[in-house]
Amino acid sequence: MTELRPDLAVIARNVAAGSRILDIGCGDGALMAVLRDEHGVDARGLEIDPDNVAAAVSRGLSVVQGDADTDLADYPDQSFDYAILSQTLQTSTRPRVVLDDLLRIGRRAFVSFPNFAHWRVRLSLLWGGRMPVTRLLPERWYDTPNIHHVTIDDFRALLGERGITVEKSWFLSGDKQTGSAAANLFAEHAVFLLSR
Amino acid sequence: MSSDPRFGLRRHVTLPGPLALDSGASLSPVEIGYETYGTLNEDASNAVLICHALTGDQHVASDHPITGKPGWWTRMIGPGKPIDPARHFIICSNVIGSCMGSSGPATIDPATGEPFGMAFPVITIRDMVRAQAMLLDHLGIRRLQAVVGGSMGGMQALSWPATFPTRVGAVVVIASTSRHSAQNIAYHEVGRQAIMADPKWRGGDYYAANDPPSAGLAVARMAAHITYLSEAGLTEKFGRRFQAREGGEAGAKSFGFDADFQVESYLRHQGLSFSDRFDANSYLYITRALDYFDLAEEHGGMLAGAFRDTQARFCVVSFDSDWLYPTRESRTIVKALNAAGRHVSFVELSSPFGHDAFLLDSPELNRVIDGFLRTGG
Repeated sequence: MTELRPDLAVIARNVAAGSRILDIGCGDGALMAVLRDEHGVDARGLEIDPDNVAAAVSRGLSVVQGDADTDLADYPDQSFDYAILSQTLQTSTRPRVVLDDLLRIGRRAFVSFPNFAHWRVRLSLLWGGRMPVTRLLPERWYDTPNIHHVTIDDFRALLGERGITVEKSWFLSGDKQTGSAAANLFAEHAVFLLSR
Repeated sequence: MSSDPRFGLRRHVTLPGPLALDSGASLSPVEIGYETYGTLNEDASNAVLICHALTGDQHVASDHPITGKPGWWTRMIGPGKPIDPARHFIICSNVIGSCMGSSGPATIDPATGEPFGMAFPVITIRDMVRAQAMLLDHLGIRRLQAVVGGSMGGMQALSWPATFPTRVGAVVVIASTSRHSAQNIAYHEVGRQAIMADPKWRGGDYYAANDPPSAGLAVARMAAHITYLSEAGLTEKFGRRFQAREGGEAGAKSFGFDADFQVESYLRHQGLSFSDRFDANSYLYITRALDYFDLAEEHGGMLAGAFRDTQARFCVVSFDSDWLYPTRESRTIVKALNAAGRHVSFVELSSPFGHDAFLLDSPELNRVIDGFLRTGG
């Protein structure tokens, strides 16, 4: 098995075998390939970068070049068992609309994002006074595609406002899981399984 | 299999028909010029149909009988290419309405013993596809592994699963559209009027005189050719450079109407060489078929309806500098395929060469098509 990014590995382990998924921001299709080859999943992808799309299609995956901010409207209601949005929420111009679309298109949704309240990020901003550049957020402020930085607590608050149910959540520090209670301080990464 | 006279280069078959056409007319017999490459496997499951564009023909990967030039898509089809005769049984047939061996206006009308001319029935893209299906029946192929086409070939490829939902497993649509726009129709009308305004056209009845409306056809080709290129591509290739005079003298303004500019000379050459190999009436009929093409209209106005009954996988590719069938047309197709729940891949590739990019060297295009065709059934 190819080595998946830790958040993708969590998602891969928790997608029901044989289900239908839409991977939004699927990159070169690494997660889709694992889901298809090892879990018998019917996987479709949406990806903005044409080189990534070509790479995914050339490995036989069904991937459409498009933008989560504008093209999700084209997908019919409840047409997938899961909509997956990994490390893309913080790059979208309208994260709330994208979140609503996820749960319109999919019966359930996986959302993963880097936690901007991780202690390393906090320290960097507190002591350095500069926008944090960390392992998971490697770009400087003027290069980063992450235009909507979000913390785990921010995300939980938004879910509450939108009436979205958290079925399950996973918090990662490196490739290790960390507890839920202090996740906002200690998790570099969060993965949520959501439903309505 | 190799000794089977149905298979090989430069084949021609006369099928009894009748072929019922969208116009209500019917065609019988149906003549089809075609070529095959590779070997049909035991269970006839490796057949790939290549659909050609407006002025293309069946010589997809073999030398053209008139011009002697190599096949028009040897970049995509051949040993080690995405569509490979070592693995695939490749079929390419001349569309009906054309002039390279398939029934068209230059064909003899059995009722009169004279060429059809304008008495040839108006045909549609779907009629072309129905004729291809008849050829497949003749070749003993029930189901295509894939149908692949660019431009008008892409329209045929789209029409395949819409017309024969169970006869095709994978569909590749390159630089194409699900319907002709007003602008597309407008350019074609310029071309048709150029042909019909040529006194040699004679109402389409020019075959006996052996003096076809070459000037009109050349102008039609010149106008259309511009739509196959991009402004950036023309600027790069010609700019405002002057054409050198005969004898090697440097070009300059003639203060007359010779082909002063290289781009004029190029277009004139394109027009003339085209009229040497193509029939003007066929140009009228095929542009008409293109202009009538509206796949949604054939399915109650809902494009998704065209794909409801098929299980085929789709791969749609556009080029960013193609203004004849721009990316938004491909996106319309993709949206409908998503709405119908079909497996679809789509990518917009970058190229400076406009619509013609699909015929030119594009490693990315080859990579995408190769990966797509190697997957699934």
